[in-house]
Amino acid sequence: MSTEMLNPKQQPSRWSKAWNSNMGYSFRRNPVAVVSMVVFLLIAAASFLAPLIAPYDPYDPAQIDIMNSEYPPVWINDSLPEFLLGTDDQGRDLLSTILYGTRLSLLIGICAVALQAFLGISIGLIAGYVGGRLDSLLMRLADIQLSFSTLMVAIIFLAVTQAMFGSETFNRYAIVFLIAVIGVAEWPQYARTVRATVLAEKKKEYVDSARVLGFGPMRIMVRHILPNSLSPIFVISTVQVANAIISEASLSFLGLGMPPSQPSLGSLISSGFDYIFSGSWWITAIPGVVLVVLVLVINLLGDWMRDVLNPKLYKG
Amino acid sequence: MSLLSVRDLTVKFAMRDQTVTALNGISFDLAKGERLGIVGESGAGKSITGFSLMNLLSRPGYIDNGQILFEGEDVVQMNDKRLRNLRGNRMAMIFQDPMVTLNPVLTIGQQMIETLMAHRKLSREEARQIAIVKLREVYIPSPEERLEQYPHELSGGMRQRIIIAIALLLDPQLIIADEPTTALDVTIQADIMELMLELCQSNQVGLILITHDLGVVSQMTERTLVMYAGRIIESGRTREIINDPQHPYTQGLINALPQQTLPGQRLKQIPGNMPGLASIPTGCAFNPRCKYATDLCRSRVPETVHYGEVEVACHEVQRLNSDEDRQEARA
Repeated sequence: MSTEMLNPKQQPSRWSKAWNSNMGYSFRRNPVAVVSMVVFLLIAAASFLAPLIAPYDPYDPAQIDIMNSEYPPVWINDSLPEFLLGTDDQGRDLLSTILYGTRLSLLIGICAVALQAFLGISIGLIAGYVGGRLDSLLMRLADIQLSFSTLMVAIIFLAVTQAMFGSETFNRYAIVFLIAVIGVAEWPQYARTVRATVLAEKKKEYVDSARVLGFGPMRIMVRHILPNSLSPIFVISTVQVANAIISEASLSFLGLGMPPSQPSLGSLISSGFDYIFSGSWWITAIPGVVLVVLVLVINLLGDWMRDVLNPKLYKG
Repeated sequence: MSLLSVRDLTVKFAMRDQTVTALNGISFDLAKGERLGIVGESGAGKSITGFSLMNLLSRPGYIDNGQILFEGEDVVQMNDKRLRNLRGNRMAMIFQDPMVTLNPVLTIGQQMIETLMAHRKLSREEARQIAIVKLREVYIPSPEERLEQYPHELSGGMRQRIIIAIALLLDPQLIIADEPTTALDVTIQADIMELMLELCQSNQVGLILITHDLGVVSQMTERTLVMYAGRIIESGRTREIINDPQHPYTQGLINALPQQTLPGQRLKQIPGNMPGLASIPTGCAFNPRCKYATDLCRSRVPETVHYGEVEVACHEVQRLNSDEDRQEARA
């Protein structure tokens, strides 16, 4: 007798579990989600593999020749075939710069959202679970934070740090500052949602039964309530990544973000802006299109996820 | 020494404009391995009693007064750390609805192993072995496979068995079962009750069974408390209480059983409703619904007296009894 006959039920792999789950099914049935996912993965893969696939290194001054500046993309007259998407005002290959810039934008977006999620989830869990005065205090803090717009906080913070550390130090640590400021400015989005879910979850009997089993509050919060509150967190996370990328682009466009020597999509758009009326529209337009597409696909994925995870739509 | 000794337990709820008393001076004892039933209508304070025993009341409820001595230690005075050591480990609780008591996102195995490892220094593999043994004890077929399953993959009866297995994981001295079979259908109810009875007897585990089902109480328990509006109004051996209830409320409960009525007749229900906690009548709380009520009943709370084989809190118990004797004589 073979072992397979003794164990007729093979444990399905994680991948096939995910593929056959409700979410996997609705994903396959939704062409918008599939296309968005493919585009997002393409952009993400291309940007994270930038050092391998980009034809030039835009951070290496030795590879940049100012004489090559403002060549148009190859499908326009007067272009050079080695610069597929043309060059920017400093003579950098636009394709390579966009790949590196997208990498920076995505990195900042994801890290900022990770920071937001960490702050927001911790604060929301504590506020919701402990309740009472602490809850009121934390939620009023969130209200205050929300009454400042993200950009306003970020502009003040970045302008002050730029003035304090001088622009050289600032430019070196610009990524860290951007992640910190975007991360801190948006935590209430998470905190409020998590708190609302925790308030609903903690009334359920499995929480009582966890308390009856003698578990401490930390364990109940992190191991029992949090996993049951994940669906709204996923949904906000996608939207927040898109928002963070836009915030970063706006700040860079205003000159408070990534320096021109290490451009993100926002600073590329900004640096091309001066040349738009002299005919070199591509320096702004092409990174702009990439930014729009990137944000759009993330938002479309978020929309799809919101529909799938909405309990009103799938539970009876 | 008894396993559990509750003395004069008073639980209050601080509402916005007033404080209401949910439990009013409850006292009872439970010997090791003894099975006690707590019966009463909804709102009598049965579940509050269960929660208080674990000191698990959450705001706005609080223990105002009294002692809960469990193996000689006062649960009311315990700090959080000792309470956590008590809960699950020495005292376990089983809830009403098995559909919502298990955490939906963790597998059965994860929940059982977590419980064991939170209280005992065990390796994951040792914990798994204990979990499998306990699942066998509650007659779960192929427990190894069940460990990998999520609660939604199992039926209600199966889940309640697993919940019982979790309650027994750490070999507690006392299990508090709060209407453990109300959410199950009748055939499975009988199975689960039989299982609980068997496990309690073989492991010498004390049981407090909170229910409104007198039939279950009569099968399962040795002693019974009848509660009304936050007080114990009658207590004693289950057989005596079922066969010869003294308090008019207990009599009403037993007369209201469908078995007590011939087919085609109306059920003999007790008129009126349980009073809300904010509007408990003065005197005996049952007086507005009691056909024997006198002026004394409306003005003074009755003392608990020993009458016949039971303890009963009723002013009129003697008159009532002679009344009954007369009825019997006439019949």
